[in-house]
Amino acid sequence: MPENFEPIPVTGGPSYLKVFLTFARNSLVRDMTFRSNFIIDAVTSIAWMAINLAFYVLVYRYTPAIGMPEPGLGDPGWGKYQFFVFIATTTIINSVVQAFFMPNAEEFSELIRTGGLDFALLKPIDTQFLISLQKIEWSALANFVFGSGLLAYSLWNLDYVPSLAQVLLYPVYIACGIAILYSLTIAMAAVAVWLGRNQSLYDFWFYLTNFSRYPMEIYSGTVGTPLRHVFTFLVPVLVVVNVPARLMAKPFEAQNWPLVLFALVATLASLLASRWLFQRAMISYRSASS
Amino acid sequence: MLAQVTTWWTILRICLEERLVYRGDFALGTLMRFLPIVTQVFLWAAVFEAARTTTIAGYSEPQMIAYYLLTMVSRAFSSMPSLAGGIARQIRSGELKKFLIQPIDMLGFLLLSRIAHKLVYYVVAAGPFALVFYIARGYFNGWPDATTLAAFALSLVLSFLLGFFLEATIGMLGFWFLEVSSLLFVYMLFSFFFSGHMFPIDILPGIWRTLVQVLPLQYLTYFPAAVFLGKIQGPELAWGLATQAGWVVAFIIASRVTFLAGVRRYSAYGG
Repeated sequence: MPENFEPIPVTGGPSYLKVFLTFARNSLVRDMTFRSNFIIDAVTSIAWMAINLAFYVLVYRYTPAIGMPEPGLGDPGWGKYQFFVFIATTTIINSVVQAFFMPNAEEFSELIRTGGLDFALLKPIDTQFLISLQKIEWSALANFVFGSGLLAYSLWNLDYVPSLAQVLLYPVYIACGIAILYSLTIAMAAVAVWLGRNQSLYDFWFYLTNFSRYPMEIYSGTVGTPLRHVFTFLVPVLVVVNVPARLMAKPFEAQNWPLVLFALVATLASLLASRWLFQRAMISYRSASS
Repeated sequence: MLAQVTTWWTILRICLEERLVYRGDFALGTLMRFLPIVTQVFLWAAVFEAARTTTIAGYSEPQMIAYYLLTMVSRAFSSMPSLAGGIARQIRSGELKKFLIQPIDMLGFLLLSRIAHKLVYYVVAAGPFALVFYIARGYFNGWPDATTLAAFALSLVLSFLLGFFLEATIGMLGFWFLEVSSLLFVYMLFSFFFSGHMFPIDILPGIWRTLVQVLPLQYLTYFPAAVFLGKIQGPELAWGLATQAGWVVAFIIASRVTFLAGVRRYSAYGG
């Protein structure tokens, strides 16, 4: 270094909000450039949800409910419109995860494979933030609209009105559900770094979150109950949809308040655990060479 | 003649060896593919409980689960991952030229390659499948009679051929459309719903049931499973197998015609 070289001090870090807005704008520009692809992606994701909905419309022709109601506890069971609220909640949560986090999860495996992760690590910004939010798939939010519409329609057809507390808590627990699923993607990203391969991990995501798409009451019996406990307390995917869906679909008396409280704990624990896992993975990362 | 047989045998052997490299992947992946059935077991148990009935659309609760397990078998025969997409990609990238220059028939090559892939898959998947079916044997009412078994085996072979030539025909659309993936996705959605993959098509009401009868999709997944469970008997069974075979022939012709028409068009662009 030359004698009179004075390094410029780096004051403060990047503005995370500004960086995120840049990511959002870039992704939007990219999506709008390929407009027909955007429309096709939006339509196909809605079509997928519509097919799932159609399946349950069929099922409800044969039964009044899924799982038995418990009138003594004010629990009307998961009747048709209660279950549609459940589906709407699943759709809303998954649309956000699909829009903001899944594209980055796919991108991350590529980053590892090509060694591009090295460049991400070099940037003066938190690596987890960078690899989580760089790419946004705006078309996936079409399902957010679809889910919200279904929610409104289902609530309209229910013969009870949720209390103010329930209505206010719903978006909070939607956010918790999203956070738990996000933690899961980060944990899987960390495991991908260790294992070095990603395809079966992606299937794992599908199979794991598959369990979250059903009311947790159906997991009962000698196999079901331990399964329910594992997916509530160990890998809390059952908390993701069940807590907010129940808040909206069932009356105040039928709420499982201990579980509602636990959901907050689970969210925090998931976020912290996944971040710890990710940072450990970054420490042990051996580049593919870039 | 002998030279041709030797050629086909070499192709088959090459494809087999290629596939065997990935056998570790297959074993674990196969077991994981049964996981969604676990949730179906719980779901249908809850449905039957609340419905307070022993049968839904003619299926008892054990039969419903048996049906889903059997669809795994029929899908092991009829699902053709990356076939249509692969053909479209080869057309788009110009890889197709190697088939036009060399005296190897593209469809024949793809069919042999697919048979090789499936054979390896069955060898590796036999273990996991046997394990799952052994654990789940309570859902079945023992083995069906010899006629039903023979019909089941025939329907499986036919579902393989139908799946292959149907998806090959879709792949051939790559000669006309640059982007086949959206079309493919629509086909996947339709297939998922109307082939019996998602539910036994018996639970469809009235007009939808009639629509599905007309489509070839049910022969991919629903038909073999229903045959095994004894849902289709006697003359209806014979008629079903004949219709399935008919669809296979129709798509052999369709794939050949679209291939020839596509190649003509492709060559016209001096590709």
